Amino acid sequence: MSDRSTISLTVNGEPVTAEVEPRQHLADFLREKLLLTGTHLGCEHGVCGACTLMIDGAPARSCITLAVACDGAAVRTIEDFDDDPVMAELRAAFSAEHALQCGYCTPGMLMTARDIVTRLPEADAARIRVELSGNLCRCTGYVGIVNAIQRVLKARAGNPSGA
Amino acid sequence: MKAARFAYERPKSLRQAVERLGDGGGFVKLLAGGQTLGPMLNLRLVQPDLLIDVTKLSETTGWSEEAGAILIGACVTHAMIEDGKVPDPTGGILPRVAAGIAYRAVRNRGTIGGSLAHADPAADWLSALAALGAEVVLVGRSAERRVPVAELSTGVFSTVIAEDEVLRAVRIPRLSRHARWGYYKFWRKTGDFAEAIGAALHDPEREAFRLVIGATNGAPLVLDGAALGVSGSALPERIDMAAIGRALDAHGFADDDYGKAVHLVAARRAIERARRT
Repeated sequence: MSDRSTISLTVNGEPVTAEVEPRQHLADFLREKLLLTGTHLGCEHGVCGACTLMIDGAPARSCITLAVACDGAAVRTIEDFDDDPVMAELRAAFSAEHALQCGYCTPGMLMTARDIVTRLPEADAARIRVELSGNLCRCTGYVGIVNAIQRVLKARAGNPSGA
Repeated sequence: MKAARFAYERPKSLRQAVERLGDGGGFVKLLAGGQTLGPMLNLRLVQPDLLIDVTKLSETTGWSEEAGAILIGACVTHAMIEDGKVPDPTGGILPRVAAGIAYRAVRNRGTIGGSLAHADPAADWLSALAALGAEVVLVGRSAERRVPVAELSTGVFSTVIAEDEVLRAVRIPRLSRHARWGYYKFWRKTGDFAEAIGAALHDPEREAFRLVIGATNGAPLVLDGAALGVSGSALPERIDMAAIGRALDAHGFADDDYGKAVHLVAARRAIERARRT
């Protein structure tokens, strides 16, 4: 049993090869090895959603995903969404609707929000709340976040081409 | 909140995984999605010497059809079932149950077989698949065997799976078009584990009736039609709730009025939903 394993994956489009301890979770790997500190750690047991990022195109909890199990995966963190059109709309809407205060939950909130906008374009406020139930915010009371996501959904429904 | 040290291996085949399990050598756990094992590792509630990752094996990630049933690989995720990316022999029941498990980010990685093997009494698949009459396919060194999900769990986090066996797939029987289903989960918060689960299946063409009460303090309580006086093709107007209450008493609820009450409500609502579908 070796105590380190070598993994190769892509992070934000860039190929990365690194040695990891099997027990290190993906969020610690990204934050401490790659210095990508946009991914936040709240509860570290899969409840709060702050560490949500994309693995192979789908939102996942990076605090309960082992880095060693991501060999071959494509990981995208919040840092990779600067030029993403959906995320740009969400950032503007979060700002307009006061959907954040301290900002701790925001990277995970934006990941989940983007998943809602792209996967569930018909979602109403009730559905948005169900889908957001795995992301905890202790500042806003969620009203601003739900409004922000609704604002983006409505804008996109009125402009389906996204142009 | 950091896991204790362990070694990690990703075998190339299920056979390799089974052989590695049989080698012994300390406390070995299988990783099949890790959405429960991950938190338990971080909280150090579990401290294995070795994790064997079976999540990406071709034998655990596909599905196949056999007479009257679909076999779903153990490491098919809840999200794949929710999205209809695997065939559904139940007329929409599987996707609906899958959609109610935890949160989407968890469903994207958590797996049907991982959930069953973990045997948390409050998890959805254990109760739902017991009610649907599903079986698990267990692969050992020399043989493969099938066990009904209704008989899989022996208690909290405990199953009949041997230490050198791997849960390869779940066999889900095709329901007839007359089948009726009711599922009720009592929970405080969306995505949380259930406090009580009721699952009722009435399929007159296959078998009269099955009621499963889950999120108990042990294995799910499985009651067939005979135990409740249900036979024939019609669901009777009145189900004997007192008989269900007595079964709950015998299942550890004799001194737990609140627990018995919520489980009875979950059972009754599941039956009512089955009647309405």
